[in-house]
Amino acid sequence: MLFWIIQRDLLLAIRRRSDVLTTLFFFVIVVSLFPLSVGPEMNLLRTMAPGIVWVAALLASMLSLGRLFSSDYLDGTLEQMLLSPQSLSILVLGKALAHWLVTGVPLVLMAPVLGIQYDLPADALFVLVMSLLLGTPVLSLIGAIGAALTLGLRGGGVLVSLLVLPLYIPVLIFGAGAVEANMAGVSYDAHLSLLGAFLLVSLVLAPWAIAASLRVSME
Amino acid sequence: MLQGINLACVRGDRRLFKAVNFTLEAGGLMQVHGPNGSGKTSLLRILCGLSSPALGEINWCGASIRDLKGEYFSNLTYIGHLSGTKDDLTVLENLRISSALAGEHVSEIQARDALMRMGLNGREFLPAKVLSQGQRRRVALARLLVCKTKLWILDEPLAALDVMAVQLIQELLERHLAEKGLVVMTTHQAIDVAAISTVHLRLT
Repeated sequence: MLFWIIQRDLLLAIRRRSDVLTTLFFFVIVVSLFPLSVGPEMNLLRTMAPGIVWVAALLASMLSLGRLFSSDYLDGTLEQMLLSPQSLSILVLGKALAHWLVTGVPLVLMAPVLGIQYDLPADALFVLVMSLLLGTPVLSLIGAIGAALTLGLRGGGVLVSLLVLPLYIPVLIFGAGAVEANMAGVSYDAHLSLLGAFLLVSLVLAPWAIAASLRVSME
Repeated sequence: MLQGINLACVRGDRRLFKAVNFTLEAGGLMQVHGPNGSGKTSLLRILCGLSSPALGEINWCGASIRDLKGEYFSNLTYIGHLSGTKDDLTVLENLRISSALAGEHVSEIQARDALMRMGLNGREFLPAKVLSQGQRRRVALARLLVCKTKLWILDEPLAALDVMAVQLIQELLERHLAEKGLVVMTTHQAIDVAAISTVHLRLT
């Protein structure tokens, strides 16, 4: 079942490549604006890099949250999902994972290329990719709760950011913190472990919360 | 089998209906009548468990559907106003994926057979966005052919269908009822479905 829903969402994403590309290009452009605006001060750029890449990743993954449930809601597929004999939590977990594969993974792959703009050393790039790899699924899972809660509301897009961005803060702190720790020559294990813990907790609790929010929104 | 006890529905501060009671046995057909805005769709959504009634209880085989959940859903096919077809998927993919969601794995041959019977042969590989309203409806209704559920809840199944398709749906309903299935439907069109027992529920 999980497989079916992921396959379906990936198929839809392939048919509508523009949605995937806008998210990725948004990420690329936001990250590229900073070196252009603050000037080629290498030391400054190196210290700013982890924070900028992470903030851009947060905004980019939020950009696509509106579409996560709204198209299914408008064409009636979501009703059918609610009536599926399968557990709704499993279905929404599949949708959140598909969202991550479509929006999160391209960001993770693109991040090292963008890191070069900021003159990040190779091992810092590695830590950046690792932290994004652990952190972006959390963004998709938490974001899906916000998307489910604001489903069918007018101006839901802005409301999602207000709901979800504060919840992203811990991921941002430890994600960017891991890279900073590595550049300061300290161990970054603790940061990555905490990100892993966030991932596990949200994998367990978020699907349940998303399913409950969807049921409320569909009443 | 399906029993509604003292159902009431409130939307905002307007009461749509109250004290709705009915019992539907195996092989029974329930037609819900009423003018626009009388709560037909709301009643069907309540029967599906999509929304909860303001008052009252719905029982399936003697147990409340609120407790049964998945077990009830595995007996139920609901086709609402929204057809649940994805514009970017082909007709065949739409049918196979929506059936898989309903817990019924349909092979490609079965799915093509069902689409042919719904008069959609030759259009299996078209994306749903190029279909007409009536054809979309047929794609949604093709699910009735592949899913072996007992209870069908159909909201305006005949909307946008041509005479041939209406005939087809009528035969489909009669066969389902003859096989001890249950049907709850709303329609504004006159349709004459033979059933062991027919309940007419009028909402005002």
